[in-house]
Amino acid sequence: MSKFGRKKKGMPAVNTASLPDIVFMLLFFFMVTTTMRETSLKIQNPKLPNATEVKKLEHKSLVSTIYVGKAVDIEKEGTGDKIQLNDKIANVDDIAAFIYNERDQVSEKEVPYMTTSIKADVECNVGTITDIKLKLRDVNALKLSLSARKPGN
Amino acid sequence: MSRKELPEINAGSMADIAFLLLIFFLVTTTMDVDSGISKKLSEKPPEGYVPPVIKKRNIFEININRNNELLVEEEPMKIEDLKEATIKFIDNGGGLGKLIDGVSTGECDYCEGARSTASSDHPNKAIISVQSDRGTKYGMYVEVQNELLKAYSELRNRLSLKKYNMTYTELEQAYKDSNRSDEELKEKVSDIKTSYPQIISDAEPTSAN
Repeated sequence: MSKFGRKKKGMPAVNTASLPDIVFMLLFFFMVTTTMRETSLKIQNPKLPNATEVKKLEHKSLVSTIYVGKAVDIEKEGTGDKIQLNDKIANVDDIAAFIYNERDQVSEKEVPYMTTSIKADVECNVGTITDIKLKLRDVNALKLSLSARKPGN
Repeated sequence: MSRKELPEINAGSMADIAFLLLIFFLVTTTMDVDSGISKKLSEKPPEGYVPPVIKKRNIFEININRNNELLVEEEPMKIEDLKEATIKFIDNGGGLGKLIDGVSTGECDYCEGARSTASSDHPNKAIISVQSDRGTKYGMYVEVQNELLKAYSELRNRLSLKKYNMTYTELEQAYKDSNRSDEELKEKVSDIKTSYPQIISDAEPTSAN
């Protein structure tokens, strides 16, 4: 009886010596998986359309991204669909130069595998996308990916 | 001995520093994988190129107007019914396939369609043409593309299940898992692909103004 009736002399402190180890492990995990956003968005973060038949884009270095959407700074850039290449809002005519520039950054062997990813807002007009497509066709950048989200993710 | 007098460095704040870094990386990390509907643009036609004449019954015409309404083969249609109508069109198999290397592919012996003479001849002849207005919403356009791709993958899965006892999705995955080196799987994948080739063409958009 005395065994059960014995009063506890306060809880023993939890040993926290391994806490830094755990935290460091997590830290390294996130350091390795993190990818910094290279470009800051000048357009409003596009609300991507939903689609079920999506394919994952492999080889990130071979992907050039074109953003389409409304400008953040409407007063300066005006309303309507804007195209962002690299880190500034550009004109449709700049797309050719943009693609050539992207091509320079990879070896010649890999150029046919380059993909252009269009991240456009659901509210965009198809006309803007078609203009981009025509420009891409002019410079023979024929692989295209219309960025979309799988519902449920 | 002076060694004994060296004070131990206090490591109590190590966890705090690590936590700070951890939180920084937690906030900046983005784990999203880029995914999207892949499309292949057609090459720019040479100057003075005359497009080949295609029988009207081999073209499945989809119009999207600026109010995001669908007109399929001159009939208004809801987006929910588009997949079924597309499958019916592709899988019709009412005639002979196109010539590949001068050899006719013959009748479609794997089609399960109605074999009507008013619809497409063969899956490799069936062209889907999407015409949209400049003012059409991009979201709607993607939705239509998605429905068309759904129709194709359903047909491919069905054929693959019948022929190789696994769906096309599994077949493709298995081929990918073999590092694209398994010749047998490659053969199967390309066989299904040529049986139901995706022929989706985007016509130049109309503009009402």
